[in-house]
Amino acid sequence: MEQQILTLVTFFPVIGVALLLLVPRERADTIKAVSLIVSFVTFLFSLLMYVMFDPVANGMQFEINIPWIAAFGIHYHLGIDGISLLLIMLTTILSVIAILSSWTAIKTGVKGYYISMLLLETGMLGVFVSLDLFLFYVFWEAMLVPMYFLIGVWGGPRRIYAAIKFVLFTMFGSLLMLVALLYLFFLYHGYAGEYSFDLLKIYEMPIPLGAQTYMFLAFALAFAIKVPVWPFHTWLPDAHVEAPTAGSVILAGVLLKMGTYGFLRVCLPVFPEATIQFVPLISILALIGIVYGALVAMVQRDVKSLVAFSSVSHLGFVMLGMMALNVQGMEGSVIQMINHGISTGALFLIVGMIYERRHTRLIADFGGLAKSMPVFSTFFMIVALSSIGLPLTNGFVGEFLILLGTFKANSTYAIIAASGVILAACYMLWMLQRVIFGKLTKPENEKLVDLNIRERLVLIPLIVLIFWIGIYPKPFFIRMEPAVKAILSMVHKVDRADVERKEGIHVAQPTCVGTTCTISGGGAGCGK
Amino acid sequence: MDIRSAAIDLGLISPEIIILASAMVVLLLGTVLKSRGLMAFLSLLGLVVGLVLVLQQWSQPQSGYYGMVLKDNFSVFFSVVFIMTAIITLLMARDYLIAKHIDRHEFYTLLMFSTVGMMLMAGSTDLVVIFLGLEIMSVPLYVMAGMNKIDPKSNESGIKYFMIGAFASSFLVFGIALLYGASGTTDLRRIMADFSFLKMQSELLLYSGALLVMTGFAFKVAAVPFHMWVPDVYEGAPTPVTGFFSVGPKAAGFAALLRICVYGFSGMAELTAVFWLLAVLTMVVGNVLAIFQNNIKRMLAYSSIAHAGYILVALTAGGEGAVSSAVYYLLAYMFFNLGGFTIVTIIDSRTGSNSQIDEIKGLAGRHPYLASLLALFMFALAGFPPTAGFMGKFYIFSEAVRNGFVWLTVIAVMNSLVSVFYYLRVVVAAFFGKPDQEFSPVSFSPALFIALLVTAVGTLALGCFPGYWLELSQMSMFPII
Repeated sequence: MEQQILTLVTFFPVIGVALLLLVPRERADTIKAVSLIVSFVTFLFSLLMYVMFDPVANGMQFEINIPWIAAFGIHYHLGIDGISLLLIMLTTILSVIAILSSWTAIKTGVKGYYISMLLLETGMLGVFVSLDLFLFYVFWEAMLVPMYFLIGVWGGPRRIYAAIKFVLFTMFGSLLMLVALLYLFFLYHGYAGEYSFDLLKIYEMPIPLGAQTYMFLAFALAFAIKVPVWPFHTWLPDAHVEAPTAGSVILAGVLLKMGTYGFLRVCLPVFPEATIQFVPLISILALIGIVYGALVAMVQRDVKSLVAFSSVSHLGFVMLGMMALNVQGMEGSVIQMINHGISTGALFLIVGMIYERRHTRLIADFGGLAKSMPVFSTFFMIVALSSIGLPLTNGFVGEFLILLGTFKANSTYAIIAASGVILAACYMLWMLQRVIFGKLTKPENEKLVDLNIRERLVLIPLIVLIFWIGIYPKPFFIRMEPAVKAILSMVHKVDRADVERKEGIHVAQPTCVGTTCTISGGGAGCGK
Repeated sequence: MDIRSAAIDLGLISPEIIILASAMVVLLLGTVLKSRGLMAFLSLLGLVVGLVLVLQQWSQPQSGYYGMVLKDNFSVFFSVVFIMTAIITLLMARDYLIAKHIDRHEFYTLLMFSTVGMMLMAGSTDLVVIFLGLEIMSVPLYVMAGMNKIDPKSNESGIKYFMIGAFASSFLVFGIALLYGASGTTDLRRIMADFSFLKMQSELLLYSGALLVMTGFAFKVAAVPFHMWVPDVYEGAPTPVTGFFSVGPKAAGFAALLRICVYGFSGMAELTAVFWLLAVLTMVVGNVLAIFQNNIKRMLAYSSIAHAGYILVALTAGGEGAVSSAVYYLLAYMFFNLGGFTIVTIIDSRTGSNSQIDEIKGLAGRHPYLASLLALFMFALAGFPPTAGFMGKFYIFSEAVRNGFVWLTVIAVMNSLVSVFYYLRVVVAAFFGKPDQEFSPVSFSPALFIALLVTAVGTLALGCFPGYWLELSQMSMFPII
């Protein structure tokens, strides 16, 4: 069981796809039921995995490592640590919710829709469990296909443009990543004398700085497009706005996390020196993203694109925290990945619910919904506040830790980033004010029906998580801590060795690099 | 490896004999009997028996006819590709030929003649035999391209192909003549053995001969700038024939190029630069021009040019791994490209079809499984995992990086990116487009079903479980010269 649990969780949705292929396409209800049950069972398996997971153990757990393509030394190597564990849980929960939320929204091509959803789930889970870079890449790319169909077939009016843009942007990055991957592969062969894409083995290989820089850039570009880091974010508003609700939930909730996860799993540990070199650049891009995303969100007239741009801002926080390269920053970054999945996922669901009723998402078309839909408005309120980062909600925990970590690394960054929190309050509260408060001016809004049982069922788990993480996040931090420390020690190992080997060199280096190194040294201290 | 060698050994060329004999039988019987179905069946039978006989020769390298015929793993592997191509073409062609009223038994005969020519090309180290094979392959192709007599475009296609083919052959013959002048032999093995001596003695003759031979084959594999004929010929020829063109002759051309240039002329390091240039031009021109096509056959024509470019990347990289990657790519390419053409053929079989991409609109609503298969083949062409297209590209690119061609690989992957755009256009039309009028349904036959099944299974198997196939391609990467 220990060995098989990851395979089971990852590929169980594919079994669902096989079942769905047997169901005739006219029987929409059976199709929905089968996919809901399959995704729920997948969630139960992941829950079992969560229980079996040893929170304090170091290293990878539930590892399975069997040869796949012998000619290239490619292995079917799966394994998880605390970070991937949390992301897998997020994926399985959001998948169930996304499938439940599309119950009435999707009317045409039901069969294809649920097949795509389940394939997408396998693709995302595969990225989080792979420890072989080839396998990682295969899942990373394969996942594009179902998402492409979700946006292109069941999306909004500009769906074709958005779908193609999404695929081309992502492919641009990942194809360069493929070249870097191959380079890394042969570099490892030169180092160890065997062919392998095994991430854990590659971690141990020292790479010359020049090669590190190029490969870091290629990998970082692929991940940055996915995150998306400013200025690679332009695909995101299109994809988010045009995707069907469930697609946006998955896109914001999980897909963007694949980018940040890629940084954590590949870029930082494999190219530590290059990472330290690029910390200022990525931090500044993240800061621009935070402020820019918030400002653009503020002027949106469509609620959905407001939420989409808020993602750019929030993901900027995630990247900033990670680049602090200390325990607080990185833990905040990981928890913020989860938080963003929960809060933004919930926001997209809420937008979808109101869109199903009114077939518009323009802020101007609403107002005073609190009177006609009290339950809806309460949920909306809670989720929006968690997105802003109000204390007692999950957003506060994440943003606080990120700011704390960033402050230790570079106080200027922290001050600029903090303005993003204020801006978030501005656009979110202003939007709330115009949508759910005020007078009921439009007659169409008076007759709106409040949330039904299914819709409440969809939102309640997310609300519970919002408060759980906000009030008692300890179980999550315990589980991610060994993983975060392991990554940090890999980043700083080289750094420290460097310091010991050629003492005093740092003083002679340019200021910005010197600062970073000193600070990272401090971070390493915390890491212990 | 020991090579059993005999002067005259009919067993050695038994696959060719069987296929040739069935071609003759079909040709003669067809004039007496009316049943075209029987002819098709007999041809299929001949090809399958030929395939079985070829497979018997795997891993038993033999040579005969005073060294003119060579059956090593390399030639066996390619023969399998050629015969499979012919079988799939035959399966997909039947309904199309009936629908277009060109169901003539000569089609099957010509298909088999051409296949034998390809097998000869891959199975020899003698330049004269390779040239003979090339002509046996090409002449039937000219006729097949112009088979739809009442269609002016088909006529244009046949004539154009013939002119260009003759032109290319003349390059090749001239090149062979120069090589003969330089070395006094047409046997590649002897040229290779005396290479350094020949190079000192008659460098100019040797190099110009090699370049001319390369040019001749560059026409056949449609490398830029020798590609001008491709779009018109592909567009005009009957669709299943186009499918055959895009795989069979191309694979045969590459088989000859690999044997002659990568092994025979392995002493000419300068050829790498030529291949580099050809590869880049072929990829860029093929991919960029494919974007602007509205006719799906023209689009696939440019796409086939682009794919030749990827294989040229392997030839640039050189070395045994690169040869094996090219071989693997051609096998993979056969599956997904013929799969794509099978679906285009099915859609083209409807009356009044002009093979425009717009005609595919609404396919998903009417035939969801067919549309899904079309998407599978398009994603494979674009190189998405977990399909054969990804594994093939991965293998080629890895060999390029291994040999230090990192920037060439970067150019190649950026070209893949461009290709994603136009392959997705087809998927967009099939899945997202609303048909202008009611989508007229297409008809299915068991033959088409088998063709689709074989190509789809091949596309997925080479992508998901490539281990076995990689071994096969590595076993065939040491042609004995």
